[in-house]
Amino acid sequence: MALAFDEFGRPFIILREQDQKTRLRGIDAQKANIAAGKAVARILRSSLGPKGMDKMLQGPDGDVTITNDGATILEQMDVDNQIAKLMVELSRSQDYEIGDGTTGVVVMAGALLEQAERQLDRGIHPIRIAEGYEMASRVAVEHLERISQKFEFDVNNYEPLVQTCMTTLSSKIVNRCKRSLAEIAVKAVLAVADLERRDVNLDLIKVEGKVGGNLEDTELIYGILVDKDMSHPQMPKQIEDAHIAILTCPFEPPKPKTKHKVDIDTVEKFETLRKQEQQYFDEMVQKCKDVGATLVICQWGFDDEANHLLMHRNLPAVRWVGGVELELIAIATGGRIVPRFQELTPEKLGKAGMVREKSFGTTKERMLYIEHCANSKAVTIFIRGGSNKMMIEETKRSIHDALCVARNLIRNKSIVYGGGAAEIACSLAVDAAADKYPGVEQYAIRAFAEALDSVPMALAENSGLQPIETLSAVKSQQLKENIPFYGIDCNDVGTNDMREQNVFETLIGKQQQILLATQVVKMILKIDDVISNSEY
Amino acid sequence: MPIDKIFKDDASEEKGERARMASFIGAMAVADLVKSTLGPKGMDKILQSTGRGHSVTVTNDGATILKSLHIDNPAAKVLVDISKVQDDEVGDGTTSVVVLAGELLREAEKLVTSKIHPMTIIAGYRMAAECAREALLKRVMDNKENAEKFRSDLMKIAMTTLCSKILSQDKEHFAEMAVDAIFRLKGSTNLESIQIIKKPGGSLRDSFLDEGFILDKKIGIGQPKRIENAKILVANTAMDTDKVKIYGARVRVDSMTKVAEIEGAEKEKMKDKVNKILAHGINCFVNRQLIYNFPEELFADAGVLAIEHADFEGIERLGLVTGGEIASTFDNPESVKLGHCKLIEEIMIGEDKLIHFSGVAMGQACSIVLRGASHHVLDEAERSLHDALCVLSQTVNDSRVLLGGGWPEMVMAKEVDELARKTAGKKSHAIEAFSRALVAIPTTIADNAGLDSAELVAQLRAKHHNEGCNAGIDVISGAVGDMEERGIYEAFKVKQAVLLSATEAAEMILRVDEIITCAPRRREDRM
Repeated sequence: MALAFDEFGRPFIILREQDQKTRLRGIDAQKANIAAGKAVARILRSSLGPKGMDKMLQGPDGDVTITNDGATILEQMDVDNQIAKLMVELSRSQDYEIGDGTTGVVVMAGALLEQAERQLDRGIHPIRIAEGYEMASRVAVEHLERISQKFEFDVNNYEPLVQTCMTTLSSKIVNRCKRSLAEIAVKAVLAVADLERRDVNLDLIKVEGKVGGNLEDTELIYGILVDKDMSHPQMPKQIEDAHIAILTCPFEPPKPKTKHKVDIDTVEKFETLRKQEQQYFDEMVQKCKDVGATLVICQWGFDDEANHLLMHRNLPAVRWVGGVELELIAIATGGRIVPRFQELTPEKLGKAGMVREKSFGTTKERMLYIEHCANSKAVTIFIRGGSNKMMIEETKRSIHDALCVARNLIRNKSIVYGGGAAEIACSLAVDAAADKYPGVEQYAIRAFAEALDSVPMALAENSGLQPIETLSAVKSQQLKENIPFYGIDCNDVGTNDMREQNVFETLIGKQQQILLATQVVKMILKIDDVISNSEY
Repeated sequence: MPIDKIFKDDASEEKGERARMASFIGAMAVADLVKSTLGPKGMDKILQSTGRGHSVTVTNDGATILKSLHIDNPAAKVLVDISKVQDDEVGDGTTSVVVLAGELLREAEKLVTSKIHPMTIIAGYRMAAECAREALLKRVMDNKENAEKFRSDLMKIAMTTLCSKILSQDKEHFAEMAVDAIFRLKGSTNLESIQIIKKPGGSLRDSFLDEGFILDKKIGIGQPKRIENAKILVANTAMDTDKVKIYGARVRVDSMTKVAEIEGAEKEKMKDKVNKILAHGINCFVNRQLIYNFPEELFADAGVLAIEHADFEGIERLGLVTGGEIASTFDNPESVKLGHCKLIEEIMIGEDKLIHFSGVAMGQACSIVLRGASHHVLDEAERSLHDALCVLSQTVNDSRVLLGGGWPEMVMAKEVDELARKTAGKKSHAIEAFSRALVAIPTTIADNAGLDSAELVAQLRAKHHNEGCNAGIDVISGAVGDMEERGIYEAFKVKQAVLLSATEAAEMILRVDEIITCAPRRREDRM
């Protein structure tokens, strides 16, 4: 570490415990950061595209995850390096914002960093590179807007949506039944979507999974699935036309919150208390019965006696239902969550056409289906199949991605063509725009164009094609015919036209990718001093 | 400049070829481990636990073996997991699924070394698995309509499952037992209602299925030991001291007399409860919770048999068997459904006294009493019987059956081979490999039985060239035989699950090109 000395030769202490820290400055710092960013991008590079490979991650507790979802890989990777953490953040924000393209954004950022390194070697100042990237990203985003296409769909004609979701699913392990899964995802999103406001609340879609069975058995339930069973084994397993009381109070004697003591000092008091206790239970059950409930769903437990009373009065009940599920049930059935027995009224009951219990496999596992709800604004995707729980987890992640894509399309109907076509078109546009900028930035803009090429290149590489050859062929084709729909033919279908292959991506997803990647790269480039505790 | 390390200390990263190698080797090692237990002549394993007592388990159940292993290799964990799921879902075939997945990976490894991309292999495997499933579907038999035939199918399936287990000596006996038990469930797959009671002593042949119900409990002292035409109240209620549950209530008194009074009131309360229970007109009372001496005495006085501390499952089963409802309040005696049975008596099995309910109203639950030389034998017998029961209960719902003894594998292999010949491109290598992996199962069965597998499998293959052939490996006679004649049947559902799970697991492992192992979580040092 560089030290400053005063006139007597003593070092100035600027940082606390200065000699224990390592410090990288200037160009070295940038190089080191770029190297770290590239290293992360390289890990993800092979997961890109429909023929991308998976990563196996072993967590700190020995649990195994197998996935090719960029955000999940990075999150579980447990990185230590600061810059690597930035990349993890990058992928995560893409996940939150868009839900898909989490791998692509990291690969893009990695490529931008690689190009930046070359420009640094040329002696271009990092800030100028960052400026150039900024200009270029603006050009790219505008160009995307220009080449994007609106596509029309409505509730009855959701085929285009299915096609887009299939593009997302085709890169996952579930691509065996991508068609049916995509349909499920689209139907789920349409069921909860508010087409007027163009908004979708994904919280209303619950994704449940259970190992065993076939992937083909995965189904969309217009209702709620609760991983619980009836509180008493002899309660009816199927209720038609259920009126559901949704309670957050336990079937137990009330517990006043103020501190108190009831002293029992005479036999009479003992007797009265006993009577009162019995009355409590009786009243509770009677209250539910009076308002016409035929099913009680409770957040808390029941006393044994209450349980039997319920059963005795022929009032099926479910206990220990989690808060989130309770809310979903309330939304789906149009009921109100009732915190006190006294407040129970017939209007507050939820309605469902059918409630049934279903058992699975050889073990005693049951689930409760609540279907044909009054207000079917909440749906559940129930994933079956998968030979193991890793498969179920991966399917859940894939479905989540597909849901996000469908949602984005409902928000914004614009699409661009996938398979690297959009990137190639942008690259051409940026390259053409570069000449118009005077100054050093021109080089940075060209570098940006080259970085854009790296995504289709990675796609081609992962699909076992000759990357450079394929890319240049597609590029010249796009330029010659001036049609931005040519991309990499990953699945060996025999055509480069992505319109024919039905490979779409959402416009906002792509734009977000470019913007986020550029931002992170700019941030990394601006760092010129890294101070870290070397050993501790 | 060198890249700073990205990961935390202790974390490791394996890439590309090395990662694939590591997962192949891990998975194959696990498959080889259980390989020798496959088939009727498969060997057992001894497992010694590291926990207290170093308890020993002897088993040849794949799922049990794999569950007890501490495995570090992530790919191996995938295989352990599929075996567990197979156990939960269909109950049998837990070894086959691991062996098949292992063989698929072994073949895949060869293909990878000859420069075929894993994605191509996966594509081929998928096509092959689909084709194999079709082949099985074409040859399934369904005897659901014919009750008698269906029963004999079930018997054969049970015997096939049991013949690889410790019970193979008495397989007819146990198969009969399992089939009877399953028919009582009437289509439900809830195996909880079949109670298996293990009592050391006697021989395995002395095990029996009781048409009534046996509860592993003792009858209270001074109460009748034998009740005919019993009316049973099944309850879940506190019979110790019935606490006042109102929050914050406590007893505070200032003199001894008052203590006595309250005690008296408490007793009175209990007595009330007992009287209410007696008002149901019962002569047998079974409670999930404890019954204290005082109420027990009261019951004895009334000549009612009181059984305490039956566990929750026991209560549930008893409710199912006798048709009574599980009660916790006793205010309306007229509307509580009571259970009925013809006879309750205390019986002796070995040295232990048990309570036997016979002549029950509804026969949905039942008890199987297993006898055997030692605890290890009994444990293994229970596992084997459980496997058989699982398979049968699944077959009752999905009545399609196949022949066994390597027959399904040969049928699939033949179809897959044909597909390979028709397919153009590199995928055909993978499809061919799939068929080789399928053949590995009969090969292993033959090897484990000490037979000349190469000869037998070649003979089988030749026989299967003819359409509609029923040939499989007959381990007993050591030759190729007609499986239909020998009565070796397997459930379609099991075979299908084996095929699909194994392919899926192999695919999952093949897709991996990088393994990242996080630093193990540090245990806090306990002083």
